[in-house]
Amino acid sequence: MTIKPVVDKQHNSSSSTVVPLPSNHPAAVRPNMDTRESAEATEADVHRKIRKAFQAFDYEADNTVDVREIGTIIYSLGCFPSQKDLHDFIAEVEEDHTGYIHLDKFLPAMTKVLLEKKFLPIPENRLLQAFKILDKGTKGYLETEEMTKYMTQEGEPLTQEEVEEMLTALADTEKNHIYYKDVISQLTIDPDI
Amino acid sequence: MGCGVTKSDHFHKHSGKAVTTIRAAVLIQRWYRQYVARTEMRRRYTWHIFQSIEYSGEQAQIKLYNFLGYLMDNFTPSSNERNLISHIFRENDVCRDAEWERYFCYKNIEVPEIYSGPHLFFPLTVEQAVGLVEAFRNKKQLHSRYVLQLLVETWKRLRMLPNINRISTCQSKEITICGDLHGQLEDLLLIFYKNGMPSLEKPYLFNGDFVDRGKDSIEILLILFSFLLVYPSDVYLNRGNHEDHIVNLRYGFTKEVLTKYKLHGKRILKLLQKIFSWLPLATVIDQKVLVLHGGISDTTDLGVLTRVDRHNYVSALRPPKKRYFSSTQTSIDSDVDLDVLGNNKYFQRRASFIYPKPLGTRESFQNRSLQDFSDRIKGKVEDELEIRKRKQSVFINRSTEKETTLTVSTESVNSDNAREEWKQILDLLWSDPMTQDGCMPNEVRGGGCYWGPDVTEDFLSKHNLQLIIRSHECKQEGYEFCHNRKILTLFSASNYYDVGSNRGAYVKLGPDLVPYMIQYQATSMTRELTVRQSVGRTERSALKVLREQLFAHKSDLICAFKKFDRDNTGLVSLNDWATAVESVMHLGLPWRMMRGQLVTCKTSDGTVDYHEWFNELAIKGPNTDHIDQSLLETLYRHRSTLETIFRIVDTDNSGFITIEDFRQTWKLLSVYLKMEITEEAISDLSVTIDSNQDGSIDIDEFMEAFRLTDKKSRLERGRSMFMGTATDLTKLEEDPNI
Repeated sequence: MTIKPVVDKQHNSSSSTVVPLPSNHPAAVRPNMDTRESAEATEADVHRKIRKAFQAFDYEADNTVDVREIGTIIYSLGCFPSQKDLHDFIAEVEEDHTGYIHLDKFLPAMTKVLLEKKFLPIPENRLLQAFKILDKGTKGYLETEEMTKYMTQEGEPLTQEEVEEMLTALADTEKNHIYYKDVISQLTIDPDI
Repeated sequence: MGCGVTKSDHFHKHSGKAVTTIRAAVLIQRWYRQYVARTEMRRRYTWHIFQSIEYSGEQAQIKLYNFLGYLMDNFTPSSNERNLISHIFRENDVCRDAEWERYFCYKNIEVPEIYSGPHLFFPLTVEQAVGLVEAFRNKKQLHSRYVLQLLVETWKRLRMLPNINRISTCQSKEITICGDLHGQLEDLLLIFYKNGMPSLEKPYLFNGDFVDRGKDSIEILLILFSFLLVYPSDVYLNRGNHEDHIVNLRYGFTKEVLTKYKLHGKRILKLLQKIFSWLPLATVIDQKVLVLHGGISDTTDLGVLTRVDRHNYVSALRPPKKRYFSSTQTSIDSDVDLDVLGNNKYFQRRASFIYPKPLGTRESFQNRSLQDFSDRIKGKVEDELEIRKRKQSVFINRSTEKETTLTVSTESVNSDNAREEWKQILDLLWSDPMTQDGCMPNEVRGGGCYWGPDVTEDFLSKHNLQLIIRSHECKQEGYEFCHNRKILTLFSASNYYDVGSNRGAYVKLGPDLVPYMIQYQATSMTRELTVRQSVGRTERSALKVLREQLFAHKSDLICAFKKFDRDNTGLVSLNDWATAVESVMHLGLPWRMMRGQLVTCKTSDGTVDYHEWFNELAIKGPNTDHIDQSLLETLYRHRSTLETIFRIVDTDNSGFITIEDFRQTWKLLSVYLKMEITEEAISDLSVTIDSNQDGSIDIDEFMEAFRLTDKKSRLERGRSMFMGTATDLTKLEEDPNI
């Protein structure tokens, strides 16, 4: 069991102060209080978004999260990192292999990711293409066995549990098929994120 | 496009087609993971909504009770008001135990021929207990005669038990421990199915909160009590904070019993009051593991708790009953006769721990009216919410907290002891753990403490224990460790907030005293719902509750919006909307993330028309147009409190109260809320509510009227009728172009 680092308890997670990036940072934008409303993607907004997502997993309210939740947090902010991307990101921000990540490190790193638009989302048509490639017979659906095989053996494999969950969510239980076209349109990306 | 085709090096040897396949798989996997992450995020904040609203409900309940108690102690109301208030506290049946037995006698209750439920014959056998479980599984109801009989036997048994059960896992017996059940029979049945029923080889410990909220509370009690009678050395019960008739008034158990047992419900409830007070307070296993419902505080002392007369605490929210000794030296149970408002110091009620402001002396409050006290009674909403925020922030001055909590003026010699004992029990049943060190009052619930890891350490070493198992808080996985794995929270009511909201769990503890958790989730419906749907349903429930809360704060919200809308355009930016809403609601929710579900009427440039937004959230009421909007809003916000008062006032449990009582009730509430309500407004309201003009008001109908309907959920319901579930979609025609 990993030992949690002693974190600085003066951090107040509900404060709304902006952490400024160094002024030579390419993404450093001084938040202009008057015109804040006009530009959605200013630094302050980004910081707030990141904080909220982080806090949802900060169980002990001390500005740290378990490193295993980082993927979820980053995904929930609308990004699509690969496994390697995640590994690299974690290496950058993890607190000395303790298994925890502190907001102090996460915030600037994640801000950079969002402002530089790294790890962009996969457009729907790409996804459709991907399904069609796997559906070699061009049936319009994938058998659950096919899906399971691809998902657990190729690419960045899912665990058995993940795959079972996926099948429960997406498969037509009567016929054991995944009608991917319908599935894609049903599960679109939330525009607000 | 997400970069990082990572493992492609390995596949360079293969054909291009294989690489493409892999790329395709990767895309899908990544997309799926993203989708799961977003779902998880939604589940988190849905959770927060329910939690914050649940706890604020508990707090309101206690505050109401304190208010009424305060009124009773500190002034001489007019005769009408006095009757109403004293009725709430009237339990002044002075009886000997023998007289109680006569009152609870079931022998003259006949069981009719047509009764198809189970028959009980005492002494109870294990076959009958098992039969009872089966009968309830088949939705039968036990006849009131047998209920009373069973309860009387239970009462006799419980009176023999000590305050703290001490048990041992000898002979390699594993003990099964269950947390809150809250009237959810399905969960109990599921536990019995997975784990087996109680028996000599299978001892059980149930850790309180058997009742309230769920719809089968009485059935759960009857099952637990019958197994207690059949296996007295192998079934143990701890009292929870919901084993309390005051709490039951608000959270549904009282209503359930009165509905299921129209003729004898009151008697059953009375007997249950006594039974609850006789439930043991805690259990120690192998002298090493302490099991109790809520928690501890920095003053919790098992020695004191072993010695208290636990049955004097019928409700943990009230001062203890006094025991009188008649001239024949037999003891008589009596609740304090609170109608006697003399100067007699023995009847002077001590200030509550929950209300920190010190009270003045009684004399200064003679002959005042209700109105004069309104400013003393209710703390400002902002103060309460500030206190909640403090819980979330880091550093609190300990000494200040200690000062304010225990400020009481007492004159009676024995009251110090009684006060100490009362606090011990209150802490035991109501406290929650926190992450920071220290110990402070639990302002969110309004009773008990928050205690920190240092308090746990001290307590465990002082009493030579190694683990505390408690319940009282719902956990998503059914259980959760904290304080360096010295505290285990266990919750056994799955889907507590809504279908799919959380799992339940039970614990098995063998002689090695290493807890082993088993999780489950009841409701056959859950298995059919997909991940998305189960989250969606819970979320919709939570959002509905949240919209109601937002509507109830309409006036404050409009004020807040106006601050951002100086030019009075009726519009605010989405950012300002989120800021304003948080400043009023203080729920700490990610409003920006949620605005998609809460606001549909965005204009094209991303601003919100806030008046239009409130129209979206409109309340439907019976012909409420002519009633003042703010009155309606207040009624809505406090409808739970209102309902509680109604049910108290409805003395014959008919479901109806008279117009006059309604007026009285409303007056009382308006003082409590510090609201200016004219007689005219109340009359208007009463007349409207009494739709058939017969001088009485149907409580259920009245409460039903305040159901929130909004455009968004209506539209959603319409959409789901033809869009259907994930499985239905597959029946749509495929694209012929593929």
